[in-house]
Amino acid sequence: MSDRQVLVSVQGLRKYFPIYRGIVFQTQVGAVKAVDDITFDVYRGETLGLVGESGCGKTTTGRTILQLYRPTTGRVIFDGIDLTTQKGESLRKMRRRMQMIFQDPFASLNSRWTISRIVGEPMRIHRLYSRAEQIERVEELLELVQLDRMHVNRYPHEFSGGQRQRIGVARALASNPDFIVCDEPISALDISIQAQVVNLLDDLQERFGLTFLFIAHDLSMVRHICDRVAVMYLGVIVELADRGELYDHPQHPYTQALLSAVPIPDPLKTRARQRVILAGDPPSPVNPPGGCRFHPRCPIAKDCCAIEIPAWHEISPGHWIACHAV
Amino acid sequence: MDPLLELQDLVVHFHTLDGVVHAVNGASYAVTAGQTLGIVGESGCGKSVSVLSVMRLIPEPPGEIVAGRVLYRGQDLLRLDKLHVQTIRGKEIAMVFQDPMTSLNPVLTIGQQISETMVVHEGMDKREARHQAIKLLETVGIPQPEDRYSDYPHQFSGGMRQRAMIAMALSCHPNVLIADEPTTALDVTIQAQIVDLVKDLRDRLGMAMIWITHDLGVVAELADRVVVMYAGFIVEEADVFTLFETPCHPYTLALLKSLPRVDSVSNEKLATIRGSPPDCLHLPPGCPFVPRCAFVVERCQRENPTLQHIASGHKIACWVDVTTGRER
Repeated sequence: MSDRQVLVSVQGLRKYFPIYRGIVFQTQVGAVKAVDDITFDVYRGETLGLVGESGCGKTTTGRTILQLYRPTTGRVIFDGIDLTTQKGESLRKMRRRMQMIFQDPFASLNSRWTISRIVGEPMRIHRLYSRAEQIERVEELLELVQLDRMHVNRYPHEFSGGQRQRIGVARALASNPDFIVCDEPISALDISIQAQVVNLLDDLQERFGLTFLFIAHDLSMVRHICDRVAVMYLGVIVELADRGELYDHPQHPYTQALLSAVPIPDPLKTRARQRVILAGDPPSPVNPPGGCRFHPRCPIAKDCCAIEIPAWHEISPGHWIACHAV
Repeated sequence: MDPLLELQDLVVHFHTLDGVVHAVNGASYAVTAGQTLGIVGESGCGKSVSVLSVMRLIPEPPGEIVAGRVLYRGQDLLRLDKLHVQTIRGKEIAMVFQDPMTSLNPVLTIGQQISETMVVHEGMDKREARHQAIKLLETVGIPQPEDRYSDYPHQFSGGMRQRAMIAMALSCHPNVLIADEPTTALDVTIQAQIVDLVKDLRDRLGMAMIWITHDLGVVAELADRVVVMYAGFIVEEADVFTLFETPCHPYTLALLKSLPRVDSVSNEKLATIRGSPPDCLHLPPGCPFVPRCAFVVERCQRENPTLQHIASGHKIACWVDVTTGRER
């Protein structure tokens, strides 16, 4: 563990989105607490999975780390530099080293731009290459993501969903980043295409020593691709551990319920299994429950869970959890 | 047991500006009372179109049901007039759609929408329908059903909307429930709630069920028989245990291999299916899976295989025996 080098360190990160009322005299009447005090490290060269249900703040976390949203409080240390204090030109220089792959390959590519312009944009912004070099580099990138280098002058609508996602990957690689936030990169794709894109990301990581923050809700795919996994619920991380540890010995009651809800493609096994079915829906992040945010749905909640926020503590090396009962 | 609902050689085309889309190309399947049929396939493989034809919900034009029969209790739904179909649709065969936000009317309350079916089909008066609707909301696990009766769809969460849709589908005690990707838009914990609810209702009410999904995990949990579709063709049909244990069509085999598992892990790469899903505008002359198949023999290019029995209750449409890799 100690020989691993921290690339991104997230410390006490909070992101609140204010809710205003009134048109002329706007007053803030509340806040969506999308991310509320999370702390974790991402090691160089690893894939850290961030899982949770919709609305739990996974995407906001990813975007806040990249400073696409400015955090309300907290720090994001990227390779020794605190991103939250950077702005303007110095922040832009940092952005070369951190990129994002988006969920929806149909919405994230400009339909009026050619592939060469889309993939070349990061290089233009960061003035990385001369014009001739850039054309060469775009073709190289397309080949890298297993697309035909002849396709540089085509437009996004000429490609299928899986191919577009490859274009998104090529664009993310264009500026030679160290760190890529993959925001549900495969959930919009057909099942037979998902494996292709996952294998591609895997190959690229090996080849370029990339570090991934892999945001997803498909827990089976996360188990396959990630080295460590963090589970989020309603704006907080409830458990973080190595992949094997988290899936085989989940300690937080929410993680246990989440894992037992994932269907297994094996009729004998899935029907024999004991499941924890959670009652109700996740509450709203505008007015989250006090104490532990999971306590109203928790099967093992105690009295103190409603009052005290559970501390984020390490129960065995590398296995972090926020729960009073464990 | 006699099938309750049976599709026979259904062919559905869509006439578009680019040409004719061959959405369903001769699909046959059947369900009996108390049984669940899972239909699996990727987007555009014709799984939804085949069940929408059962309900006569295909817009014509551009759609056209070219051939085939849909037998419900022996009568062909495709030959009935519109009014007669309306007495069956929603009452005897009910449907739950994928996206509960777009299939509920935003300006009517949840309660009104559930009551409507009962007023139309069962001739209930409004008070009685309201009473029944509240009971149904309770059955599907909505807390405080009296208060929730007069809520609008936007006041419900995604899981609750899907529950309301199920309540609506169940309101007239249907014999067949068709669910078109009902849990695809939901989170896994909510999906588990809905699957449990539907299983329980099916067993209590003895309905026949058709469950369309692309999630093989949900099928493994819920279905008795499974139909796998590709490019508008049924490529494999078997009972759920056989299908997962000994899949015999190269497509089913490849799909199952490409799935990562939450209950185990290997450090190997995922198996992939090369290429992308077919374009039903331009289907090749032979088997539609040829460009992506790992077992192609010469005959596959020329002739499209028909669905054949290879064992009792196990049918596939393939020239090749995947265990030997040779033509069977």
